[in-house]
Amino acid sequence: MSEGAHHPAPVSPVEQRVAALEALLTERGLVPGGFIEEITRRYESQIGPMNGAKVVARAWADPGYKQRLLADGTAAIAELGFGGPEGDHMVVVENSTAVHNVIVCTLCSCYPWPTLGLPPAWYKDPPYRARMVREPRALLAEMGCPLPGEVQIRVWDSSAEVRYLVLPQRPPGTEDMTGAELAGLVTRDSMIGVARL
Amino acid sequence: MDGIHDLGGMQGLGPVVHSPAEPVFPDRWQAVARALMVIVAGAAGVSGGEFRHSIERMEPGHYLTSGYYEHWLTAAATLAVEHGLVTRSELEARAGGRFPLSGPVLAPPVAAAGPDVTEPRFGSGDRVRVREWHPPGHTRCPGYVRGKAGVVVRVDGTHSVPDVEAHGTARRCEPTYSVRFDAADLWGDGQRGVSVHVDLWDSYLERS
Repeated sequence: MSEGAHHPAPVSPVEQRVAALEALLTERGLVPGGFIEEITRRYESQIGPMNGAKVVARAWADPGYKQRLLADGTAAIAELGFGGPEGDHMVVVENSTAVHNVIVCTLCSCYPWPTLGLPPAWYKDPPYRARMVREPRALLAEMGCPLPGEVQIRVWDSSAEVRYLVLPQRPPGTEDMTGAELAGLVTRDSMIGVARL
Repeated sequence: MDGIHDLGGMQGLGPVVHSPAEPVFPDRWQAVARALMVIVAGAAGVSGGEFRHSIERMEPGHYLTSGYYEHWLTAAATLAVEHGLVTRSELEARAGGRFPLSGPVLAPPVAAAGPDVTEPRFGSGDRVRVREWHPPGHTRCPGYVRGKAGVVVRVDGTHSVPDVEAHGTARRCEPTYSVRFDAADLWGDGQRGVSVHVDLWDSYLERS
């Protein structure tokens, strides 16, 4: 028998609290069998930035789609099969050489789940939420996205029901790429607006 | 409430610890905590506003020193107690120790929500000013824009007012607007070429 079997990893206080609430709700018949596993699997494997990357790649390759996407983000994103909670009212904001967009939620951590998945830890932590509305140029530079002084910065605080997606600029030299290849270029950070491609 | 969650513009919080990619749930308890909040919300009929307010009511030190899914856990447990699904003593007995919950609601329940506002009062290009007020309950009006003037850039549909839905079963719908503020006006620091857009309900605004 291994040493580990005698000394299992200690359970942290927060894990004990989660287990306590789970046990009590289960005893009251409120936790459907398999629910936790199913909802977790969905966000781990089906919903994530690979969805948003398909939207961006399509907009790069298809001017008609791009026009629809900027006019009615929710409907155009639904054309590709993406929608649902935190994606019911989508607005897509387009980057150009003159304008850079970046999204934040200062009050909690609102984020477009169907296209980007669940938000990363840094997006939800206090420093990003506090600083992106106050000193975006400095913070973007600090995060590896320095912008020339003449580039306008538009920060979008997701404080009501709209969720935002940044449409990054298509990199040069990608004219011959397939849709899948284009989607492979699109990073999560470029769709939040903390990176350029 | 003027709570710890209203972070826009706060200084001294340090660098953003950025990573280009990470697991969706680094630890399993985080996935479970998230799912339990969904379960409590369904079982108790919790609105989005009530859910967010239950996080905003966390003790500030706890809020700042715990991560997102510990916020969800605290919200789930607080709402489960407040809606009578479990008791605090049961939680603490099972957890084998203290189980921190969020503080009490400071605002009275909203009994009468008033009529829905169906027609937008403002259109794109209108100058508006955010009301300067400090409601004790839930609001989605960030502190850093209160009293500030901006320009409407988009009119969205009508949506349930969070300040109402967080405090009872009454509901009122109003249009929301995306309002553009010049960052230099917000912070008085002369920064150039930066605008901050905040999405605000109709009743948060007055004509400027």
